[in-house]
Amino acid sequence: MASVIIPENEAVAVKLPTDWASPLMRGRVAARYRAERLFKLLGLAALSLAGLFLAFLLFTIVRDGWTGFKHTEVRISVSYDPALLGVDPAAATGPGGLEAIRRGDYIGLMQRAAAQLGPAANVVSDGAWLDLRQMVEANPAVLGTTQTVWVPVRSSIDLLAKGKFDLKEPEISRGVSNDDVASYNLLETRGLLKTSFNTIFTGAADSTDPELAGVWGAALGTFMTLLVTIALAFPVGVLAAIWLEEFAAKNRWTDLIEVSINNLAAVPSIIFGLLGLAVFLNFFNMPRSAPLVGGLTLALMTLPVVVITARVAIKSVPPSIRDAALGIGASPMQVVFQHVLPLAMPGIMTGTIIGMARALGETAPLLLIGMRAFVTDTPQGFASPATVLPVQVFLWSDDVQRGFIEKTSAAIIVLLVMLLLMNSAAIYLRNKFERRW
Amino acid sequence: MTDIPARQADGNSAPMAHNVPVAAGRAAEAVTTKMTARDVNVFYGAKQALKNVSIDVSRENVTAFIGPSGCGKSTFLRCFNRMNDTVDSAQVSGRIQLDGKDIYSPDMDVVQLRARVGMVFQKPNPFPKSIYENIAYGPRIHGLARAKPDLDIIVESSLRRAGLWDEAKDRLNESGTAMSGGQQQRLCIARAIAVDPEVILMDEPCSALDPIATAKIEELIDELRGKYAIVIVTHNMQQAARVSQKTAFFHLGSMVEYGDTSMIFTNPVQTRTKDYITGRYG
Repeated sequence: MASVIIPENEAVAVKLPTDWASPLMRGRVAARYRAERLFKLLGLAALSLAGLFLAFLLFTIVRDGWTGFKHTEVRISVSYDPALLGVDPAAATGPGGLEAIRRGDYIGLMQRAAAQLGPAANVVSDGAWLDLRQMVEANPAVLGTTQTVWVPVRSSIDLLAKGKFDLKEPEISRGVSNDDVASYNLLETRGLLKTSFNTIFTGAADSTDPELAGVWGAALGTFMTLLVTIALAFPVGVLAAIWLEEFAAKNRWTDLIEVSINNLAAVPSIIFGLLGLAVFLNFFNMPRSAPLVGGLTLALMTLPVVVITARVAIKSVPPSIRDAALGIGASPMQVVFQHVLPLAMPGIMTGTIIGMARALGETAPLLLIGMRAFVTDTPQGFASPATVLPVQVFLWSDDVQRGFIEKTSAAIIVLLVMLLLMNSAAIYLRNKFERRW
Repeated sequence: MTDIPARQADGNSAPMAHNVPVAAGRAAEAVTTKMTARDVNVFYGAKQALKNVSIDVSRENVTAFIGPSGCGKSTFLRCFNRMNDTVDSAQVSGRIQLDGKDIYSPDMDVVQLRARVGMVFQKPNPFPKSIYENIAYGPRIHGLARAKPDLDIIVESSLRRAGLWDEAKDRLNESGTAMSGGQQQRLCIARAIAVDPEVILMDEPCSALDPIATAKIEELIDELRGKYAIVIVTHNMQQAARVSQKTAFFHLGSMVEYGDTSMIFTNPVQTRTKDYITGRYG
């Protein structure tokens, strides 16, 4: 409109025309390009370095851990003599047959069968007799017959078969005795050993013997713990976020709540363990080492993360949608549950999964509520003793026996696969529910 | 009847125009008052956005609110269906009646009020659902249709009234947000019509649309006139002149002049109105 009018008789500094081709200007342009190239290069370098670290980590874990999914077995023939075993074939097939079968002397049976291996008789695992019992339980008809059975070997023989020892080292420092090496060589030359998929590792719980230790108990414990966590943290977190975002008046109290939630999200997880110990175990006398208590404790830890991300997701729903719904007479509750929440759901789910992924990898708070207990059975219920994968990794990494090294890495692989599955599920759900406006 | 200016002049000193001759000229048409506002003040915190505004909105006419940005016209419009309730800091005083009943009285159900007084917003805001669901949502939550066939009828008639049926009938299951801006706005009008309102408030319904879409909306407003009491806020004076029969001019939170559109645009009483209409400010 009105332009600036300069009085004619006033001295005005005359601006020289810009010389875009001057050396100074060209130098400036060159410097700008240089800075840009350098910036790109630095970014690429940072990315490569991060990728390298990740690749190295995954490589080490897989290299050490993949053998954990295999184990070595030895072939022996077992004659199921009912008299020596102490099981009456007639009783075994009748009612209460399972108990009759379980009363048998399978350890003795195993020892007699292993004797056929001669000097290598001690390669059989201490827990191998369980396989013999399971065979009878599955089919009582084997009583009185002679069967060829593959049973697991002791951990040191297993590791020898996997080539984990340097046999050139002197006996004292290589971690395996000359007797074991001799036994292994004997069996190997006679073709009595084979390597197969380790169903003990994928199907059993913890054990003091590496060859009998499994990850399934911890995986199940993790699953049950996370179930409790999500059942509590998701509804409570989302409802809290809805109330704070859609219904609460903005005043000093809600400000205080908001600050507290943000602070809680940054509290070290072990503090939540102490809280769980004080409240759930000492005050409410809940059972120790139980998935229920673990889940409750992790829910406390995850709750602030869920509330914060749910609030962000709810806030990102455009206000015009709320106006539209209110404008045709939807009640505030209808607005929230029929319009805002469905649109915020992808974001809420992403936040929840991030919280759950953190809970999945959490060790410290669970140690304090007793989930580091040595549990040799898979958890039977939410109140029965259990452990979780990260704690299992922690326990095995602490063990002095050499066989647990590969178990540790194998358990980490299982943990990472679970994490990957959870995140994939989250991405799938998010994409499925994502909408545009 | 346009007897407010006179009453206003008796009551307080708020500047009001006297367009009595014009009102007399149109007296042949029977005009029924649908909504009345008396001495409405709106505060946002300590800031007063609206000062002692009184107006009668008739069922038969389209009433336009014009004025420069920030003059309070949208704020006033949002008082008619209590959309200001959603703003925490907003304080509304005065009396607004729908068919003689105070809409701010405690026994007025705000959910029903908003069904009876529908609203169309500045930016087209269809739900991110199918076209069908956009229309059907309102009747469903108010229980206006019992079965699917009833709902189908409501959807079709609403789309027809909004002049959108021919464009939308083959794509009822497509998302409402996939339509063009003008179609979206007509969908929003159809959505408001679907709950069978008595009054439709339009808050600058064409400000986000191109001239062709704007023309269609204006045609539609003309068709809807008489069926619903329509109040439209616009910053476009030509639009107000084209679609409305009554015009109120707002400035700095006060209503400066209210009268027949033809009078406001050809022979305004107040200097401020005249200056605004001739483009002296705004």
